[in-house]
Amino acid sequence: MEETPHRRRAHTRSRDLERYAGLFAERTGVMRSSAMRDLMAITARPEVISLAGGLPDTSTFPAATFAAQMTRIAQESTAEALQYGPTEGFAETVDCIVEVMGAEGMLPDPDDVIVTTGGQQAIDLICKTLVDPGDVIVCEAPTYPGAVPVFCSYQAETIQIDCDEDGMRIGDLEEVLARLDGEGRRPKFVYSVPSFQNPSGVTLALDRRRRLVELARQRELLVVEDSPYGLLRFGGEALPTLYQLDGGDFVIYVGTFSKILSPGIRLGWAVAPPPVMEKIVLGKQAADLCTSTLTQHFVREYFAEGRWREYIANLVELYRGRRDTMVEALHEHFPAQASWTEPEGGLFIWATLPDYIDTGDLLAKALREDVAFVPGQAAYVDESRGRSSMRLNFSGVGDDEIREGVRRIGKAIGEQVELYSALTGEHELAGDPQSGETKPRSGSGRNLTLPEPDEGSADRVKGGDVLPFRKESSA
Amino acid sequence: MKVAVLKGGRSLERGVSLRSGARVEDALERLGHEPVPIDAGGDLVKRLTAERPDVAFVAMHGLGGEDGTVQELLEILGVPFTGPSVAACARCMDKVLAKHELRQAGVPTPDWFAFNETAFRELGAADALSGLEERLGFPLVVKPSRGGSALGVRFAASWFEVPEALISAFSYDNRVLLERFAEGRELAVSVLGAEPLPVVEAIPSGGDRYDFEARYEIGRTEFVCPAELSEAAASAVTAAALGAYEALGCSGFSRVDLILGKDGPQVLEVNAIPGLTDTSLLPQSAEAAGISFEELVERILELALKPAAA
Repeated sequence: MEETPHRRRAHTRSRDLERYAGLFAERTGVMRSSAMRDLMAITARPEVISLAGGLPDTSTFPAATFAAQMTRIAQESTAEALQYGPTEGFAETVDCIVEVMGAEGMLPDPDDVIVTTGGQQAIDLICKTLVDPGDVIVCEAPTYPGAVPVFCSYQAETIQIDCDEDGMRIGDLEEVLARLDGEGRRPKFVYSVPSFQNPSGVTLALDRRRRLVELARQRELLVVEDSPYGLLRFGGEALPTLYQLDGGDFVIYVGTFSKILSPGIRLGWAVAPPPVMEKIVLGKQAADLCTSTLTQHFVREYFAEGRWREYIANLVELYRGRRDTMVEALHEHFPAQASWTEPEGGLFIWATLPDYIDTGDLLAKALREDVAFVPGQAAYVDESRGRSSMRLNFSGVGDDEIREGVRRIGKAIGEQVELYSALTGEHELAGDPQSGETKPRSGSGRNLTLPEPDEGSADRVKGGDVLPFRKESSA
Repeated sequence: MKVAVLKGGRSLERGVSLRSGARVEDALERLGHEPVPIDAGGDLVKRLTAERPDVAFVAMHGLGGEDGTVQELLEILGVPFTGPSVAACARCMDKVLAKHELRQAGVPTPDWFAFNETAFRELGAADALSGLEERLGFPLVVKPSRGGSALGVRFAASWFEVPEALISAFSYDNRVLLERFAEGRELAVSVLGAEPLPVVEAIPSGGDRYDFEARYEIGRTEFVCPAELSEAAASAVTAAALGAYEALGCSGFSRVDLILGKDGPQVLEVNAIPGLTDTSLLPQSAEAAGISFEELVERILELALKPAAA
């Protein structure tokens, strides 16, 4: 026995490395480290304005309410709140979930619901249940950056379908499904964030929702609907969820309390057809036995109070204002060559710059000005894509910081645009006759165009990133 | 002995530096020293003044820690520190300056041109680019002058890739260099005191050899130490490395990166304070020479306290 506890650090001596390397599972070889990890390490500095996170604003949750609820739990159910719970979650938690889903017009059978440790675990458990190495998963391009490492760690082959302002291009999806048919393969599921998607902010249009559900039925294909932001709508008309349209036969629904209450409580859920749910429950047992009973008690108390809709309404007001601030700031500070989405809800805006700008490099430049965002490549399995795009979060910081953050990023972009213009604008590099067959990737600095959306065309398979659209710079 | 371990800081290589620093602290503890970890921030001088360490172990990489800035402060405070002097750090960090020094000292380094951002913005330097093909040829490598690791380093296979590569490089520094691409084996020679350690060869396992992430991840690049070299090649490589180390005035320890091509070795750069993480090359070289990480740390401390003994 040592006299003092040995402090274990997250590193090893190099002579140990080879020994460990021989022990690693094959899947670790394809596990992707979060791109630009070292750069992102600096974004945590307090002086950095971070538009990089996906953080809801928890500062408006009344402390007194929180204190009263936790006190009540202590007084009335200490023993139970500190004990293990059922793997599926408490029935009372499931009641709250049914209530939340009801607010979006869904009526799940409580037996089909499992409480998970955040929506992230639901995605992981679904993969654990359905995906063998080499299986195909289809998702949007760009997709939720947090889903990419999950798909990779289950060694899935992930195919990404371009989005436009109406969400995933279902025509493209059909082509991919047909191609896979030809190869005798079919995807294990189609993963979609249909409302106010992370990272793009776009929403899957109603006709596409219908078509997707139809396709799922025709082809007996599972769709995983990940819907963390559905209730955070600031404008436009509410749309039925895929789960609602389908009735729950082919749609697995993933929900979370993270964005409507708190991400710190790590409470999410999945709703799946009974045979699938049975396996998910087994997977959950193996993973962590049950979700925190303490935070389940908190949710129960919170919902009993009956003011959860009011709180969401406040959040919607808050985020609508912040989105407006960010859009305004983008018009003011981003160059004419940039374009971005204008989401009707959620937490994110997706901006795309001229293709000669790499947003990974831009992040390094922006960090010198103490501002951060997420480079677009994080939203693609193929890391060579999304390099000119970025995800901007508008929910996590206040209006002044949004304005200042966007101003600083805009300044950094402006410098790159100006430099590119100086490099190419007056000097016809493209005119060099000896330079071989390579074609310039962009025109001269002043005549850049972005990929135009190919409206209504279902034929388009490949090409540049379809998102976002060129917006006429009205500023 | 009370040893302040300076790490972190604001550079883009903060993450690597924190890993280097933590590992050094472990070794110091095992050696029976008293490590004082300091994440170099606004209170650095206050901390150093309050702690009064016998010596500072600088485990910082990139701007701020590897360019002489921190070293200058340590000089003012009268705290002996590990690694190269202020001037050597400044020379190593600025690749353009370093290449001039190397060439002057007769150390082989690939041909290059350097440009300031101002030259493009205000002086029409883009016109001068037309001379590149003839003088350097394609492909060429575009690098920020002061940048650590491979951040912002791009290949340009033809004219059309030059502007984008320049924009990337200028994201990290306002001076960049365009360098003739040196084809050959990728080698690194670490120098401890005045002694060269066994040569390491980096063999990328597929993918881009300038992939920043690959350098710090197990399994993405294979490192062979000692590298399999003929006696003649090994001595040419070692001589070039020592020449570079001396030309830039390094002391304590540093790492010289070279390419061994058909015409012999070419020095790419000298890292004044190379990484000390598990996957870093200097510790691997030391181990190949029979020097454990603890011995390496002890030796680096000795060199800091008794530079003459080197």
